[in-house]
Amino acid sequence: MSEPLVIIGNGMAAARLVDELSKRALGRYAIAVIGEEPRLAYNRVQLSSVLAGDADMAEIELRPASWWRDRGVTLLYGAKARAIDVATKRVSLENGENIGFSKLVLATGSRALRLPLPGAQLSGVHVFRDGADVDALKRLAAQRKKIIVIGGGLLGLEAAYGLAKSGADVTLAHVTDRLMERQLDKEAAELLKLLIASRGIEILLEARTTGIIGDECVRAIELADGRRLAADGIVFAAGIAPNMELARDAGVSTQRGIIIDDHMQTNIDDIFALGECAEHRDVCYGLVEPAYEQARVLAARLCGESDIYEGSVVSTNLKVSGVNVFSAGDFMGSDGAETISWRDFGLGLYKKLVIKNGRLTGAVLIGDTSAALWCLELIRSRADATQWRDALIFGRSLCERKAA
Amino acid sequence: MQRVDPRSASVATICPYCGVGCGVLATPDGCGGAAVAGDPAHPANQGRLCSKGSALHETLSLDDRLLHPMLRAGDGLRRATWDAALDHVAQGFARITETHGPQAVAFYLSGQLLTEDYYAANKLIKGFIGSPHVDTNSRLCMASTVAGHKRALGADVVPGCYEDLDCADLIVLVGSNAAWCHPILFQRMLRNKQERGAKIVVIDPRRTATAEEADLFLPIAPGGDVALFCGLLVHLVANGATCDDYIAQHTEGFAQALDAAREIAPTIAATATATGLREVDVAAFFELFATTPKTVTAFSQGVNQSAQGTDKVDAIIHCHLATGRIGAPGAAPFSLTGQPNAMGGREVGGLANQLAAHMGFSSKEVDRVRRFWNAPRIAAHEGLKAVQMFEAIARGEIKALWVMGTNPAVSLPRADDARAALAKLDLFVVSDNVSSNDTINAGAHVLLPAQAWGEKSGTVTNSERRISRQRAFLPSPGEAKPDWRIVSDVATRMGFGDAFRFRSAADVFREHAVLSAFENDGARSFDIGGLATLSDEAYDALHPTLWPIRAGETQGRERFFGEGGFFTANGKARFVAPEPPSLKTATTTAFPFRLNTGRIRDQWHTMTRTGKSPRLARHSPFPFVEIHPADAAPLGLVDNGFACVSTRHGECLLAVSVTDRQRRGQLFAPIHWSDETSSFARVGSLVAAIVDPHSGQPEAKATPARIDAVAFKSRGFLLSRAPLRPTIAALGTKVAVAGGHGLLFASDAALASWRDYAASLGGEADIAEYLDEARGLYRVARFREQRVDFCLFVGREDARGAFDAATALFETGQLGVEQRKALLSGRSPDGAAQDGPIVCACFGVGARAIDTAITNGARSVAAIGETLRAGTNCGSCIPELKRAIAAARACCEE
Repeated sequence: MSEPLVIIGNGMAAARLVDELSKRALGRYAIAVIGEEPRLAYNRVQLSSVLAGDADMAEIELRPASWWRDRGVTLLYGAKARAIDVATKRVSLENGENIGFSKLVLATGSRALRLPLPGAQLSGVHVFRDGADVDALKRLAAQRKKIIVIGGGLLGLEAAYGLAKSGADVTLAHVTDRLMERQLDKEAAELLKLLIASRGIEILLEARTTGIIGDECVRAIELADGRRLAADGIVFAAGIAPNMELARDAGVSTQRGIIIDDHMQTNIDDIFALGECAEHRDVCYGLVEPAYEQARVLAARLCGESDIYEGSVVSTNLKVSGVNVFSAGDFMGSDGAETISWRDFGLGLYKKLVIKNGRLTGAVLIGDTSAALWCLELIRSRADATQWRDALIFGRSLCERKAA
Repeated sequence: MQRVDPRSASVATICPYCGVGCGVLATPDGCGGAAVAGDPAHPANQGRLCSKGSALHETLSLDDRLLHPMLRAGDGLRRATWDAALDHVAQGFARITETHGPQAVAFYLSGQLLTEDYYAANKLIKGFIGSPHVDTNSRLCMASTVAGHKRALGADVVPGCYEDLDCADLIVLVGSNAAWCHPILFQRMLRNKQERGAKIVVIDPRRTATAEEADLFLPIAPGGDVALFCGLLVHLVANGATCDDYIAQHTEGFAQALDAAREIAPTIAATATATGLREVDVAAFFELFATTPKTVTAFSQGVNQSAQGTDKVDAIIHCHLATGRIGAPGAAPFSLTGQPNAMGGREVGGLANQLAAHMGFSSKEVDRVRRFWNAPRIAAHEGLKAVQMFEAIARGEIKALWVMGTNPAVSLPRADDARAALAKLDLFVVSDNVSSNDTINAGAHVLLPAQAWGEKSGTVTNSERRISRQRAFLPSPGEAKPDWRIVSDVATRMGFGDAFRFRSAADVFREHAVLSAFENDGARSFDIGGLATLSDEAYDALHPTLWPIRAGETQGRERFFGEGGFFTANGKARFVAPEPPSLKTATTTAFPFRLNTGRIRDQWHTMTRTGKSPRLARHSPFPFVEIHPADAAPLGLVDNGFACVSTRHGECLLAVSVTDRQRRGQLFAPIHWSDETSSFARVGSLVAAIVDPHSGQPEAKATPARIDAVAFKSRGFLLSRAPLRPTIAALGTKVAVAGGHGLLFASDAALASWRDYAASLGGEADIAEYLDEARGLYRVARFREQRVDFCLFVGREDARGAFDAATALFETGQLGVEQRKALLSGRSPDGAAQDGPIVCACFGVGARAIDTAITNGARSVAAIGETLRAGTNCGSCIPELKRAIAAARACCEE
């Protein structure tokens, strides 16, 4: 008889976990997935493509319904978990259902933060997180409205690009002096700004929003320097928060996120967590790659194999607003690191490699990210990169030509 | 090499480089350029051209050309009219002659001049200004052969012809890197070797490309040639290999010469000791020579450029006289001339120790020429030869100098002193076709624009006495004129117009021909009376013709002296006992090496022409010094590093090439670079000014020298559309690239200074930059309309591959994205352009392509030729191809 395994959350982490489990031990668990959104799991990273009109929701579905069915998964989407009873090993849903589990996996993800500003509750203030947000934003864009995106991180840039592409007049206001400061150094950010500005998006740096003005509906925002910018809509893209309340209320240990060990286990036996809701070794990852690594380790664990997760080398490897951006590791270059840089803004290209003790420890690539996976491989493997040093930045084909 | 469209009108002319004198078919493209190909009808080359000849079309641009007269105005030179310039020159010479006497005036001419130019210049100075001080760069090149010929043969006559190289059974090359310096003749020798089994012996201190083709290579110690050929003479006698009848009937002085030879090299063992050779090699050479009647001994600068050059030439000639191997098919001593028209200069007598047309300064000869020219003021005694001429200039005795078509500030020994001397002149005239060179920049007062190859018309004589027409195929640019006309214009302004009423080069040639036959009666070898009555049309159509060609004859003469008939008073050749061989300088603790100077395969003289060719630049782009590994190691000299080479006379900073092809204790540096093309690479400034007592030719191959390692922080290259010479580059060398300017450099500047330099040029332009500070790498490129406008690479190591790849992209024009991305990588985007150093300059085939072909199974020169065409034209890269094949084989065996 299959052991009942319940996964709360129907996002990318959950889908990957099911995939990993079914590859290892199809049938060992009777899996139920509880998802709040009323649709099949989709590729959240590609929401911006949907916003931009480059794809529709159906196209970004991770797996068709048949795929889930074939794996014997009970999909409960459009269903919100209300509480977890640790003692009885049951999850209760808002619709009143109760589902028993032998093992529970929390894959509740994260949500967009709404800044606690005056006026944040006004109509026309949005976030950019799920399918419903996309629908709302697309309606705004279609009316060619003036929209201000608050936040110049990855999410904000994606939202701004999607909105602009869908026809909105977009301004992006970012509080620090450069875009994506957590992923990019100054030069990379400068190039990204140039490239995004060339797509018709106005970018304001060092622009701290102090208030949102409007009666019922948004009319403008106010900046710390006193400027007022008219707006028909606002998108908050100024950070995310792990969805950990359900776990916390059930007595699972949390800090910034749900605390897990190297096997994805929480402080409570048989309860696991992964993805953006989880906090591993004091780190909450806001990216899909660690979630996938965690899914692999957790699947192994659930199948009785021993594999451990030691944390991820964080990398960003995305098309940001139509621009290829890769960033990984110690991209700023800590003490004792050497940097190699190549910039050709005319080609929309910037690359920087960080080398420490002959090993690649960080990288930023803008424009041409064809070497991204190779860089990541070198960073993760800590392999000696001396022989590639003079060629690495120019890409693998040139390196190997040299070797030939 | 380009293909000439047979439908276009091509002009048959002669290559302007070495003394082989190859026929060239030039087909103008109507835009100032031309396609070139070997002339199949020319007997010297039968359609072949060497790498330099094949690249002639890349040298025709008008960049750096002198296109109008210039007169000094303060620190600079200002454009002037021909009238003003000619008046200035004529009045200057007249004034100085009047005030200080004709001896205060000198001309310094060039083996690059055509015979007609040479004739007019010689006539003006010796006949009408009345100064004997006319000499030429041939003094640095062939003077010892002239002196040796005259002393032994009675006249400056090359006894044989090129056919002798085709039918000899033994070819001995002495002091000749013919594979690089006379490639087409060398190919004829190799064909003889392949088809007829001729043996080749090479005698040279360096294991040159020529030596690599030899059946026997004798790595002789510098200055050992006289001892070797004395030893040979002794051996020939001892083994009954001499031709006693010939010696008895046609020569004199044999016994004394043999006595002297026995003093110098009595045995094989003694010869080996005196020459630094192994006894077994000496014996093998002697045996081969003794038993091979059809032997040609060909010699070049290794023999001539010596303080004992005349004795060396005659020691060689002696062995041919003693065996009667002269003037017969396949048997001759054979001087391979350096310059395209050194021979023509010798024929007109444009040297300080000749008067004219193979006549000297005996009163009878002076009188004869005086009457012929109607020149009452004619000079009546020998003048100062090149080195002494410049010493006289330095002393202020010569106050006016006219330099035509040569660059003595680079090429003379102690070149820095020569350059300093030029600055003392009251009147310093240069006629040339470049607007800037070290000689001009030494302070010329007047520049007169001369026609260049392709524009001028006249005749040249090659190493086998063959007179060929050099024909114009391009219009004369700017205000350039033929040299003979410039000379005549000055002469006319000086009041000698009656003697210089030449309307054409043909007029000059006819007068020269008439003089050669004037009161000759067979007493003088040089007689071209048979060409004295050529019509203008016949002159234009003149086929390559050997001299002599006497009045009434229709064909020239191939060989001399087979039946004696020497041009001495009694008709006999003279054996002359040589001085005991010794170098005239000694090495010391301070100067422990001997510096040998010479040429590289793909450059010519001071690079004013070959330096314009991108493909010729690729073989050896940077001035270098070669040293044996065992000498290099203790001095901390590494291959591709840098060194300061110094002598008592000067110093140079050169790249180091560590090679076992170099003899221990010897350095070798090529002569081509000047201040115009490089910094601190004027190798002429290192050379001692010690001359042969008979020929006045300087010893350019044995100056005591020292070498010290020099380190630079960085090195790199710069490519730009406009010429740039950053002051922070301590060492820089120009390299020809298509569509712009290349500079290879070494520098002690910090990387930050190079970034500042680039920023100072860049502004807000479209820039790409690469920086690896820890490795000392900085690269930057500026683009304009997707073309590379400027590109700078700085690093710690030699970046030859990067230079080639970047140059290919620089020359491409508009770049695609992938090409632009590849630029700063220093690698080729497609692999094709990244060929490595160009080995075959004719077809532009690089070392890497050749290695690939070998890897893919091409294991012979012929197979490489089939795959890549490399080596199938001039063949001068064949030794390098063989080396690559051998290296691959050695690699496999490991």
